[in-house]
Amino acid sequence: MTTRTLQVDALARVEGEGALYVKLNGDEIDTVEFRIFEPPRFFEAFMQGRDCHEAPDITSRICGICPIAYVMGASHAMEQALGIEVTQPIKDLRRMIYCGEWIQSHVLHAAMLHAPDFLNLHDAMAIAKVEPELVKTALRLKKLGNTLMEVIGGRSVHPVNTRVGGFYKAPSADAIAGLIPELEWGVQAARDTALAFAKFDFPDDEGDYIFVSLSQQQVYPIDEGNIVSSTGLDIDVADFSDHFYETHVERSNALHGHMKDGSAYLTGPLARYANNFDKLSPTAKQTAEDCGLGPVVTNPFKSILVRMVEVQYAIEEALRLARAYQPFEPSFIDAPPRAGSGHGCTEAPRGICYHRYSIDDDARITHATIVPPTSQNQPQIEVDLTRVVRRYMDLDDDALRWRCEQTIRNYDPCISCATHFLKLTVERT
Amino acid sequence: MTRPKLAVWKFASCDGCQLTLLDCEDELLALAEVVEISQFLEATSEIKDGPYDISLVEGSITTEHDHDRIRNVREQSHTLIAIGACATAGGIQALRNFADVDAFTNTVYANPDYIETLDKSTAIADHVKVDMELRGCPVSKSQLIELITATLAARKPHIPTVSQCVECKRAGTACVMVSKGIPCMGPVTQAGCGNLCPKIGRGCYGCFGPVEHANTDALTAEFAKLGLSDRQTSDKYRYFNAGADAFATAGESP
Repeated sequence: MTTRTLQVDALARVEGEGALYVKLNGDEIDTVEFRIFEPPRFFEAFMQGRDCHEAPDITSRICGICPIAYVMGASHAMEQALGIEVTQPIKDLRRMIYCGEWIQSHVLHAAMLHAPDFLNLHDAMAIAKVEPELVKTALRLKKLGNTLMEVIGGRSVHPVNTRVGGFYKAPSADAIAGLIPELEWGVQAARDTALAFAKFDFPDDEGDYIFVSLSQQQVYPIDEGNIVSSTGLDIDVADFSDHFYETHVERSNALHGHMKDGSAYLTGPLARYANNFDKLSPTAKQTAEDCGLGPVVTNPFKSILVRMVEVQYAIEEALRLARAYQPFEPSFIDAPPRAGSGHGCTEAPRGICYHRYSIDDDARITHATIVPPTSQNQPQIEVDLTRVVRRYMDLDDDALRWRCEQTIRNYDPCISCATHFLKLTVERT
Repeated sequence: MTRPKLAVWKFASCDGCQLTLLDCEDELLALAEVVEISQFLEATSEIKDGPYDISLVEGSITTEHDHDRIRNVREQSHTLIAIGACATAGGIQALRNFADVDAFTNTVYANPDYIETLDKSTAIADHVKVDMELRGCPVSKSQLIELITATLAARKPHIPTVSQCVECKRAGTACVMVSKGIPCMGPVTQAGCGNLCPKIGRGCYGCFGPVEHANTDALTAEFAKLGLSDRQTSDKYRYFNAGADAFATAGESP
């Protein structure tokens, strides 16, 4: 019996440091491991004792690609702990900046990190040599997302204008109105890009998924909502830990997320889409249909298409909110310090990102728990890898390794995020 | 003509500084024409062997393995540039440097034996010779482009090293500390972000680290007058550039 080992020591085109290890004994799968070796940064430990108002800024540094997910989750939790109710204009502006994050993060992944897999190329720069217009359009879309974040948040990586209770300053009407022409361009550009990607040759694959996402009143979930699953779960965010738990395994510097019964689940675009298809705009639904997607997508390789449908939706949402925008006062709601605890959960581009904090009488943090999407997806990624290896075992080593890497990239894993909540142990030097 | 080889390396960080390079949407394709992107794991699966003309290094050193890795990067790099608060000061994760380590180790977690880490998060320059440093949490896009362009042209980059206060005055931004009594790190922080926080009525929180000859004593006294407790003042210094010398000292006992 021959033993085959496929190994990738440092995965490319993912955020952060991860590795892949697959061992086959003949036709038997011995081991399939997606390892995260990104060094832990211990956010949960060093946040203890800090002022609760610092949580959005501190946690945004967990991830430079999805800082808004952390800003918003931490803000929601602290507002709950302090008894703050934010106003509708604050909620609307938060949703608008969140759209910016979805656009830049999704386009970065879909066009620059994921698309090369389907074209057998190494990167977006190589795509630009054969399809220059496609890459230029994608870069312009990505810039649109970043511009939204800059206009509302001050900068796209680690925005400064967001805070517990709202915003330091509401942008001027002119600044928001200035976004409208490019947003109008973006709706069609996102659709065209989705349709271009729909021509890719997608590997046959089908996962049997438990989809976990938020469900938001009337709109497609981005910034708030209940946690729901395709198996009938519908819970308040505060009940997250009654239904989900995490384990710590040796091969990974990130915890693994499971449902209470131990099963793996999937969070992210495929889950949001399957659980909330009816809440997409008619135009985004049309793009999905024209890409050949039904209301539920179970081929994870097609997540690239779902991401582009979500980009179109996010641009339409930002456009709707920008057209209705008026500067508002107060730009944030404040409250005196008090002891309490709070929960927050929003839809990061990669899936639900959960926060829980306790604070003391001085509003200093006494406990912090953050469960990012990639650690939740880690067990499901390994299930997918096992299924893909079984199906494509006949491929030669290079082709199978590439297919496995692609399987991981289907999730747009944010390894930097997944690693950062472990507690600290110290090896002295 | 062979193009200079550019490499981008990641250590403990949020990826935000290397993302800043990918966020140069207008310049990225042009940049890829003038340099050969030879190692940039977040953006490409093509890896070319060193030596590299320019290495951009993001992140801090927090493990023994990374300590060895940065030495290897140094050996392969003609010009090594540390980018961002993690690489230049240890980043937010350097808050562990000031923690009661016993309290940290006693924090309950599932399987501590699986985790390997050093007790301090340190800047790249604490481990190898660094040719240039670019400040910021995150770095500024325009400064990053200027730095790469200057390095390629073998000229000195134009990166201002004045304080945030100077930037406010140049921009005509009213001083938030004088006019509103809002604590602001501007007097001791290097400029470069584009005057972001004071412009929206928020005090600077020190993303670009200490300015040269930072007068932290004077600022600490000013914070006390504004009613900040010693702990609140210490937290101001112990933030995203907590490991930078001037801030580490000022954060000790105001």
